[in-house]
Amino acid sequence: PPIVLFYVEFERKCRSHVSLLCCHASCFGDEDNAGQFFSSGHTNNWAVLVCTSRFWFNYRHVANTLSVYRSVKRLGIPDSHIVLMLADDMACNHRNPKPATVFSHKNMELNVYGDDVEVDYRGYEVTVENFLRVLTGRLPPSTPRSKRLLSDDRSNILIYLTGHGGNGFLKFQDSEEISNVELADAFEQMWQKRRYNELLFIIDTCQGASMYERFYSPNLMALASSQVGEDSLSHQPDLAIGVHLMDRYTFYLLEFLEDIHPASKTNMNDLFKVCPKSQCVSTPGHRTDLFLRDPGSVLITDFFGSVRKVEITMETINLTDPINPVNGELQIRKYSYVDQLPVSEIIHQKPKQKDWHPPDGFILGLWTLILLVFFKLYGMKHLKHIF
Amino acid sequence: MGLLSDPNRRRALISLLTRLNSPICVVCYMAGVAWFMGLAFEPFTLRTYMSENAMGSTMVEERFPAGERALTTGREFSAHKKKAGGMPVDWLVKTMQARGLEVFTQRFSRKLPFPDENKERYMVKGTNVYGILRAPRAPRTEALVLSAPCTPGDSNNQAVGLLLGLAQYFRNQIYWAKDIIFLVNEHDLIGMQAWLEGYHHTNTTGMDWSPLQGRGGSIQAALSLELSSDVITSMDLVLEGLNGQLPNLDLANLFYAFCQKIGVLCTIQGKLQRNDWDSVSGYSHSVQTMMLMVMKQASGRPWGDHGLFLRYHIEAASIKGINSFRQYKTDVTTIGRLLEGMYRKLNNLLEPFGLLLTDYMLILTLLLHLTVVQALDLWVQLATPPPRTEDGITDKEQVRHTYYFRVLSVLTPLVISHLTGVALYTLPIQFQEMAVEQFPVSETEAVVLTAIGVYTAGLALPHNTHRLLSGEGTEQGWRVLKLVAVLYLAVLLGCTALINFSLGFILALTLVPVAAFVTPHVPKVLSAFILVILSPACTLLFSVFFFQELQELPVSFQEGWLLYLSVISQGILDHFLYGSLVYPLIALLVYPCWLLFWNILFWK
Repeated sequence: PPIVLFYVEFERKCRSHVSLLCCHASCFGDEDNAGQFFSSGHTNNWAVLVCTSRFWFNYRHVANTLSVYRSVKRLGIPDSHIVLMLADDMACNHRNPKPATVFSHKNMELNVYGDDVEVDYRGYEVTVENFLRVLTGRLPPSTPRSKRLLSDDRSNILIYLTGHGGNGFLKFQDSEEISNVELADAFEQMWQKRRYNELLFIIDTCQGASMYERFYSPNLMALASSQVGEDSLSHQPDLAIGVHLMDRYTFYLLEFLEDIHPASKTNMNDLFKVCPKSQCVSTPGHRTDLFLRDPGSVLITDFFGSVRKVEITMETINLTDPINPVNGELQIRKYSYVDQLPVSEIIHQKPKQKDWHPPDGFILGLWTLILLVFFKLYGMKHLKHIF
Repeated sequence: MGLLSDPNRRRALISLLTRLNSPICVVCYMAGVAWFMGLAFEPFTLRTYMSENAMGSTMVEERFPAGERALTTGREFSAHKKKAGGMPVDWLVKTMQARGLEVFTQRFSRKLPFPDENKERYMVKGTNVYGILRAPRAPRTEALVLSAPCTPGDSNNQAVGLLLGLAQYFRNQIYWAKDIIFLVNEHDLIGMQAWLEGYHHTNTTGMDWSPLQGRGGSIQAALSLELSSDVITSMDLVLEGLNGQLPNLDLANLFYAFCQKIGVLCTIQGKLQRNDWDSVSGYSHSVQTMMLMVMKQASGRPWGDHGLFLRYHIEAASIKGINSFRQYKTDVTTIGRLLEGMYRKLNNLLEPFGLLLTDYMLILTLLLHLTVVQALDLWVQLATPPPRTEDGITDKEQVRHTYYFRVLSVLTPLVISHLTGVALYTLPIQFQEMAVEQFPVSETEAVVLTAIGVYTAGLALPHNTHRLLSGEGTEQGWRVLKLVAVLYLAVLLGCTALINFSLGFILALTLVPVAAFVTPHVPKVLSAFILVILSPACTLLFSVFFFQELQELPVSFQEGWLLYLSVISQGILDHFLYGSLVYPLIALLVYPCWLLFWNILFWK
């Protein structure tokens, strides 16, 4: 029918117009992209990953942290820029039927412990005091570099916490707690000491949203796995090992991160959609009011990866004229390199002496045959003459 | 001015108390009983809720495969048991060593104070055999125990077979964080007592045992297995231990959760769990279950081999396999899987089980309230000043004289009652030989009949007491005695309830009304009759009949009386063999207290 034809024609025209527009847009887009590429303002990435639980039945918290550690390493942040705090009593626990492993997927698909995990704070060193000292940088001078957060004002820091928590607090190793007020104050100290450019805070505990309620420093973005009054649930039990392996929020977070590679352009709005209520049972929450940029323009790799950036500078640098030799006053001695490739010697060189090769077996055999025939015909007495 | 120091207000309060004395008593008593019945709405129902964090969030896959082999081992054990005529020590040692355990034995011997007619033993000699499975990577600080008794005859062979089969399976796993001790004890409770005493280096009952050569860590939990058939239809869980102690209910809930997971029927007190508490039949069922449990606890006997562990704060339970005529049968492999699952969960324990306090104290306080109220009432009556005589000078002397006389009149019944109690405790055992010579009875019967004789002789005391006293007792005298007796009863029952709630409750139920109404002025014959009915001995007699009714095995009077005699003899034996506190408590404390009330009734 004519209406359809007209519509198709119209669409075609539109599409061509649109494609033209797109062309222009892409030209502008490149510049925009370039602008965006350099708009985040950070030059290095750090990650502080903390698991606040110990004991065998908290296996899933260690698996959570190690999985995030793996992703962050895969996307480019090196061990020297990761501060990993774990109780580390899972892999070698007496109850572990598969010693030296920590699995994150059931049927033991993925061993996140591997052989290159670098734990910076292990066992009873994971305390509230140590965590706050790492964040604020107030460590005794004897602390090794691997245990320090050596960030500066151009660092983007990812902080991931998991464990057991409640309304306004997080439990550390079954013996002490950190409150949301303390955490907010620590971040403020970091801001005043210019220890971060932007900070992403992810927490996977029960009532996790209460931990970011009190933040007041700029450039903080926070994500939590559940709201106040809700419990975060664990994901999958493994019947051979006998424990839950992962928590739901981190499991879906990891599924999401598996699709990210260092050149991804996925932004934070996609991260906020990870693990909706239908999958997580709890309602994940986020907080972006303290963050200066629009979350839609913040890339995942700004925090999870360590993308090397090149800084283009628009300034020109004047190269000065070469030095003019003042006549007679300066004795200029000319230096020269030794000939790396003495061509003259090569052209006139003698031919190389070949190694002696014994003659071919065939020729040798032939000559022996001829000799034997000769001596047979003419008698053995001629042999006397030869030998 | 304060409430108690203002004389006007005090007088008002006192008169209020005196007027409302009887109503308050009755109300308190009824409230206590009603609350107890209300408990039956949710009696010891097994739930799947765990309060222990380490056990709740773990779930395991059980893989025990070797049920048939376990049965074969059981048959071998039975054959060797017959050949050895007792415990086949050498065969057991060899078999356990073949399974990779560290095997040790312990000898023990004991001469009972008098022959035990129920189990037909007098001089007991035996050997315990136990093997320790060391945890492959853990330090040897904690242990779990699995035990099966070696009984003469054809019973419990499958239990020992399953124990050895599980030992072999457990030896191949690497995830054990605690040592597991596999124990086969001879002469059930006596052997178990010897082993526990040897393990913990205590000697409370005067048994002779050789010291243990090998030891694991401190024991966290223990299970005792009784299995006498190749297939079972249900598993019964027995929780009551010595002196009415119960293990942490998490252990019971764990067992129930596993039964549900594996699909085996689980019973407690031999009765199935029902969910319909609202209906009449459902409620009566749960009341029955609760009363059974109360009676079993009150007797202070250990009802399974696990009962002796509870004294050392080791959570323990006995699991009995029952083969009745149901259609659905479970085989030994499934039972093995159930035990494997339970031990894996117990393996995950990080701290000892917590102590669970129940709210039974409220019930007891209600019942005892009325004794306190009575005491207050008496004190008030005593505090009213004596009638003034005309002669003022001899007043002081008379006061002193009456005071002195009052103390003596109270002290004498107290001392004599307690002496009778001591006699009840010591005479039966001491004079059993003399009794056997004099009368044609066996030693056991001699002991029991002497006990009953001493008990009845105590009833004749009041007349003798008054002959000792040089004058007549005064009106004030019996009030002071009653005050002392009532307070004594309150303290006694309170302390008993802390140790063994069921025993305290039953004694309170019967003795508190006695304490309330007894005075010298009530009709003598009727009150004497009621007092005798409510005395500890008759309570025991009625309990025996009631217990049989609850178990749906009613007995005739003749059988009931014989059962009663055997209960008394078992009670005395329990005290001497395992340290049960019921017999000394009743003989030395409750009986004298009751005698005091008997004295008050016959006060002249």
